[in-house]
Amino acid sequence: MGQITLQGVQKSFGPVHIIKGADLDIADGSFVVFVGPSGCGKTTLLRLIAGLEDVTGGAILIDGKNVVDTPPAKRGLSMVFQSYALYPHMSVRGNIGFGLKMAGLPKDEINRKVEAAAATLNLTPYLDRKPRELSGGQRQRVAIGRAIVREPKGFLFDEPLSNLDAALRVQMRIEVTRLQKQLGTTAIYVTHDQVEAMTMADKIVVLNAGKIEQYGSPLELYERPANLFVAGFIGSPKMNFVTGELAQQQGATTIGVRPEHLKIERDGAGGWQGTISVAEHLGSDTFLYVDAGPLGMLTARYIGELSLHAGDRVSLVPDPARIHRFDTSGNAIRN
Amino acid sequence: MARKSTTQQVAISTIGAWFFGFLIFFPILWMVLASFKTELEAFAVPPSFLFFHWTTENYATVQERSDYLLHAMNSIIIAGGSTLVALLIAIPAAWSMAFSPTKRTKDILLWMLSTKMMPPVGVLVPIYLIYKSFGLLDSRIGLVFILCLGNLPIVIWMLFTYFKEIPRDILEAARMDGATIGRELVYVLTPMAIPGLASTLLLNLILAWNEAFWTLNLSTSNAAPLTTFIASYSSPEGLFWAKLSAASTLAIAPILVLGWFSQKQLVRGLTFGAVK
Repeated sequence: MGQITLQGVQKSFGPVHIIKGADLDIADGSFVVFVGPSGCGKTTLLRLIAGLEDVTGGAILIDGKNVVDTPPAKRGLSMVFQSYALYPHMSVRGNIGFGLKMAGLPKDEINRKVEAAAATLNLTPYLDRKPRELSGGQRQRVAIGRAIVREPKGFLFDEPLSNLDAALRVQMRIEVTRLQKQLGTTAIYVTHDQVEAMTMADKIVVLNAGKIEQYGSPLELYERPANLFVAGFIGSPKMNFVTGELAQQQGATTIGVRPEHLKIERDGAGGWQGTISVAEHLGSDTFLYVDAGPLGMLTARYIGELSLHAGDRVSLVPDPARIHRFDTSGNAIRN
Repeated sequence: MARKSTTQQVAISTIGAWFFGFLIFFPILWMVLASFKTELEAFAVPPSFLFFHWTTENYATVQERSDYLLHAMNSIIIAGGSTLVALLIAIPAAWSMAFSPTKRTKDILLWMLSTKMMPPVGVLVPIYLIYKSFGLLDSRIGLVFILCLGNLPIVIWMLFTYFKEIPRDILEAARMDGATIGRELVYVLTPMAIPGLASTLLLNLILAWNEAFWTLNLSTSNAAPLTTFIASYSSPEGLFWAKLSAASTLAIAPILVLGWFSQKQLVRGLTFGAVK
């Protein structure tokens, strides 16, 4: 079991409030991603759950038991650090088995478990190497091995893939997701990369300035963002925002349309008129950055190749069903 | 791209390195050679390099005139003792400054280093008077104390930089793995800090062994280490080059041997903080 509940969790460093009261319910076995811009408090929140920082207020419940006064090791969670944090003087075997050794398990049982974990992660040939003799991806796997071998109630990942190159990151992303599903262990994963968040999560927590902006499934966040921040943060390229008269016509202060929900028409008379300032041709997609005069810069996405170039005039027609409306305080207006 | 060197470049730099190495080593070599010469040959002009009358007479005289073993023992006790006491104070100090710094930590570190900028002679008279009142003149404990205090800032700085290099994440990983503070110390921190501790110990031992200002001024016979032993050969009756060389060779021999066997740690100690 690994149900994690946060009730009004707060954290201040002196006069600075990092976490301003977080309430969250993480179901057993789910994969939850904390995402947000740097400095939003996502790592602090993870460290509070881990027990590496003490809460200033509120409660953290693991399987219904408040653990705010429980030391990290007794919470039954294991953590994978951004820097891997492997013990440099120990072999891979020693690194993975350290937690079990600290728990006082007999030697042959430690060996058996370490070898099973190593087999899961394709680390068997490297068991007797030191971390410095491994590549970045292998070190990452050792760090994951150290986390899974203890059969914890939950995994905590602190931006574990950010030190890997792009190709390896995609591969490890899939491996981590598959491993989590296979083990069925609750996981909390911190990242600033919204693609990682969208692809890995069962549920995403969007954090901004120490506050939870929205908690929901990836598609919920994409289709029904709760406010301007979530709307702008989730989705790539970013959602287009338009204010002024056009928004007022829709009964809103700001309206938002995603680049993929703008229909691109050459020499069209309707919609929003503009001149292409940059056109990016990726083959699979075409991104147009359009200078739409009083509306500002708009981004449009076309699936497939579209032979339009900088300087061409286009008109962009928003899909009426996909227009997001926001009020003066930035909250979404629902019909 | 790796830089490639031609054979010629390698030859030139090898010759250059040997030349400068020899240049730096030459005074020590000359001293050792002189210690095997007679007094007359020792200051003969032109000097003879290898073809002279080899004799061990100087060593016999030196041992006869002054008790080498007593001074060597004093050196060992003073250098070793002051190093151990300094480490005992410096380890917890550096530990707390590296792992739980406050906003004053930097100031304290700078203040400690600033004490090394004062010329020791500036406090010679007060220290001498204090030592006199407390009966610490010419005592081993007095010398251990002053050398320990003198080197403490360097020892703390060195250890501080070593401890600082240990990533916080690793300590936190150990905490997540269920290590108590005691086990964290035994299984994680100490193995990672051993190279740093070893080089700090060695460097401080050498500094204390070679320290001449306080040892010369605060000791005469009973507690006198090898530095005083050497100095006693430059007497008002004149310099005895051969005997002075024999005494110096005897004085540096132990530390030279120690240094030779611990080259690796020493190099790391001397370049501490320079490379990650």
